[in-house]
Amino acid sequence: MIEPSHSGEFGAPRGTYHEATPAENNKLGIWLWLASDCALFASLIATYLSLHGQTLAGPGPKQLFDLRITVTATFVLLCSSMTMGMGLEAAQRCDYRGVLRWLIPTAVLGLAFVGMQVFEFTHYVLQGLTLQVSDFGASFFTLVGFHGLHVSFGVAWITSLLIYVFRKKRVDQADAWRFEAVSLYWYFVDVVWVVIFTVVYLMGKVG
Amino acid sequence: MAAVTERLVGTAPRTRSESGVWSWITTVDHKRIGILYLVTSLCFFFIGGLEAFLMRLQLATPDAHVVSEVVFNELFTMHGLTMIFLAIMPMSIGFINYMVPLQIGARDVAFPRLNALSYWLFLAGGLVLNSGWLLGGAANAGWYNYAPINIGQHVINGVSTNLNPGPDSMGITFYAIGLQLAGIGTLMSGVNFIVTIVNMRAPGMTPMRLPLFVWTTLITSVLIIFAFPAFTADLFLLTLDRLFGTGFFNVAQGGDVLLWQQLFWIFGHPEVYILIMPAFGIISEVIPTYSRKTIFGYSSMVFAIVAIAFLAFMVWSHHMFTVGMGPLVNSVFAATSMVIAVPTGVKIFNWIATMIGGRIRMTTSMLFAVGFLVCFVIGGMSGVMLAVPPADYQFNDSYFLVAHIHYVLIGGALFALFAGIYYWFPKISGRMLDEHLGKWSFWLIFIGFNVTFFPMHFLGVEGMPRRVASYPANLDLRLWNAVATFGVFILTAGLIVFLANLRKSLRSGQAAGADPWDGRGLEWSIPSPAPEYNFAAVPLVRGRDPLWVEKTYGDGHMIPYVPGGAAPEAEAGGHGHAAAEGHGEGGPGGEGHGAGHGHGIHMPNPTPLPFYLAIALTVAAYGTIFKVPEIMVLGLLGTFFFVFRLIYDHDPGHHVLPEEDAG
Ligand code: HEM
Ligand SMILES: [Cu+2]
Repeated sequence: MIEPSHSGEFGAPRGTYHEATPAENNKLGIWLWLASDCALFASLIATYLSLHGQTLAGPGPKQLFDLRITVTATFVLLCSSMTMGMGLEAAQRCDYRGVLRWLIPTAVLGLAFVGMQVFEFTHYVLQGLTLQVSDFGASFFTLVGFHGLHVSFGVAWITSLLIYVFRKKRVDQADAWRFEAVSLYWYFVDVVWVVIFTVVYLMGKVG
Repeated sequence: MAAVTERLVGTAPRTRSESGVWSWITTVDHKRIGILYLVTSLCFFFIGGLEAFLMRLQLATPDAHVVSEVVFNELFTMHGLTMIFLAIMPMSIGFINYMVPLQIGARDVAFPRLNALSYWLFLAGGLVLNSGWLLGGAANAGWYNYAPINIGQHVINGVSTNLNPGPDSMGITFYAIGLQLAGIGTLMSGVNFIVTIVNMRAPGMTPMRLPLFVWTTLITSVLIIFAFPAFTADLFLLTLDRLFGTGFFNVAQGGDVLLWQQLFWIFGHPEVYILIMPAFGIISEVIPTYSRKTIFGYSSMVFAIVAIAFLAFMVWSHHMFTVGMGPLVNSVFAATSMVIAVPTGVKIFNWIATMIGGRIRMTTSMLFAVGFLVCFVIGGMSGVMLAVPPADYQFNDSYFLVAHIHYVLIGGALFALFAGIYYWFPKISGRMLDEHLGKWSFWLIFIGFNVTFFPMHFLGVEGMPRRVASYPANLDLRLWNAVATFGVFILTAGLIVFLANLRKSLRSGQAAGADPWDGRGLEWSIPSPAPEYNFAAVPLVRGRDPLWVEKTYGDGHMIPYVPGGAAPEAEAGGHGHAAAEGHGEGGPGGEGHGAGHGHGIHMPNPTPLPFYLAIALTVAAYGTIFKVPEIMVLGLLGTFFFVFRLIYDHDPGHHVLPEEDAG
């Protein structure tokens, strides 16, 4: 009945047909969203790079930046990546206690990072760096603050997931994708931070 | 398995039990969302058309005063924005929504609720943008909204003056916030379509068998997710400048006016391909059908689409030749721009080669497709002329450019969309459009369009700048301006005939049946309009142009896919019941392969959550525009509340029994 021909033109499907599950769709969707978010951060980083020399009357990066606090914040965020990894592993094992044990610290570390950023920003504002005073200020606060908002959203997401499993009192295999999604997001935010740390802080202090 | 062998043909009665307004607000059905997009975009299209009509009235004669300069600025700005963001793009998205799942043999898109959200955000964005007309002035700095005019400054004789203060400049805040809303919606559509196409194809629908409309959708979506973020960032910076006093685009604070332009065009050029790609796809469906031939050079078509999308990211500075980037940069961008014409030419020749030797039926849809070929080639050639920097110093910001963009956008994108309307309307509505009226509408639109826009090439070369509210009588620009305005009347007549045709068909149109055009793709294998579940049984795809393959080698009907190997060579895979565990964004599917399990096809439930989320975000938008922090925070809190509701809401879905259709 079927005339064999090259597969592009004609013939029944070869191999196995696998219908994607919603979980697979969700994961691919998150990947695409993060790819798009990469482009968004790239735009903001480009903006920062083209404007960060404009310190005008305001203070500049060299006198402002205190690497001790940023290095600490970086360390905190990287640690949270590790706990996130452990949490994900626990979720994949459907280990309810393990999820709580690792994800609560992740959220707390994330919150600590945001807290340090708030502290840092207040410190800068007190020293005269504002959104309005110079374009170094504007582009700095926009880029770093935008990342901070990402971390905050991540904390909210992790918290909502904790509430979700806490109410069920267990973790199902069907929920694994939820943890994979949030961890993908979290790693992404961390990697972006490493870029920001290099481009804004290290280069700001050295360059 | 009785249901498996059923043959669904003919025009189906409406199977939806509900049809009230609430059912449209809560729908997650890709077909209904597609219809919402199509109808809304048509409404915006007529609003944009009205704006154009007023501008042409003003320009018909020298020194006219139909509208004031202030209003004229708002008119050309809102016209461009409306046409690009609220008419052409959403009309493409409407067709994509309706047709892509059908063409790949899926029962819905990957994320039905996100899809509804995309639509509501697009609508919200369009309304916020247009509400400027009533709430303190519409956007008035051109669709590309250059700095520093967009922060309310004009430079006159080297002195920066604030000509656009107070309520007058509110319009640009509406621009920044309205387009941001619509843009978020578009971005989510892009993600949704990619996942749908990658993950939800019917068995046998391999990548190189995808209909070209699906290919162009895929690539358009890739353009969307990588190009829109630049605009998102740009709009974000603009919002900060206007509402929080930053100075990204304000030189006095160390800002850079070119920053806006760079980010805008990094988005802007891919955007014009986002507009034209789906049009390419429609033409690639229409021409083979009415030529009764498979598309010529399928793989080169796919290659050309991918190449164009790739190059589209490397040409943006051709919009900035005259800002002084220097000869080296200009030459590089001139070269990349001209290279784009090569894959585009490949496509044109393939379409022509498809027609050669075919048995051509000159239906209205085909007429629009041929009209597209003619006009798009003209627009492409003026594009290559604009891509020559020394010449562009002359053409830039003149009516020559206006001619170019309208040849590619009307003669290109819009003609293709009309071809799509005449081609797919029977599938969407179950009724035929009148061919006689259709041909009248085509000829009036085609002639009217050319009479309006061809003379603009001359006006441009004679030096008439774009975006001027009037011109003095002694400049010799009279004749061609009058001709152009005359053309608009012909064009308008054509559009009115088109509307009359729609009305007639919806009231008393002839029933279409499943396959009125002797079609080639899967969408023609199911009843018109498509039933809620699309396919009673998942079809087995045995080649490119799947239905045509069955017409040629089989009995003219799609073979249902039977997991477990009843179908030749098909193997049971890891398909399964896991999909029924559809938490959150559970798409349709699951156990419904053969629909023969006795409990029907699993479909997602309607929900108002996306609608509520869009309302919350709109509240936040107005809070931002009018600088009321309480309202903004309230709206944002509401937004997050609904985001998390959507993430954790468990949709059990419901089961639909395919109609037992004797036949
Ligand atoms: C052969 C391919 C094309 C080339 C080489 C080309 C080249 C150009 C150039 C160089 C400009 C800038 C002119 C100036 O500002 O002085 C331009 C403007 C424009 N093009 Fe094209 N183009 C091509 C195809 C298209 C297509 C397919 C579309 C859309 C469907 C399009 C839409 C536009 C629009 C909207 C503008 C005006 C932007 C504005 O408002 O200033 N072009 N084109
Ligand atoms: Cu361009």
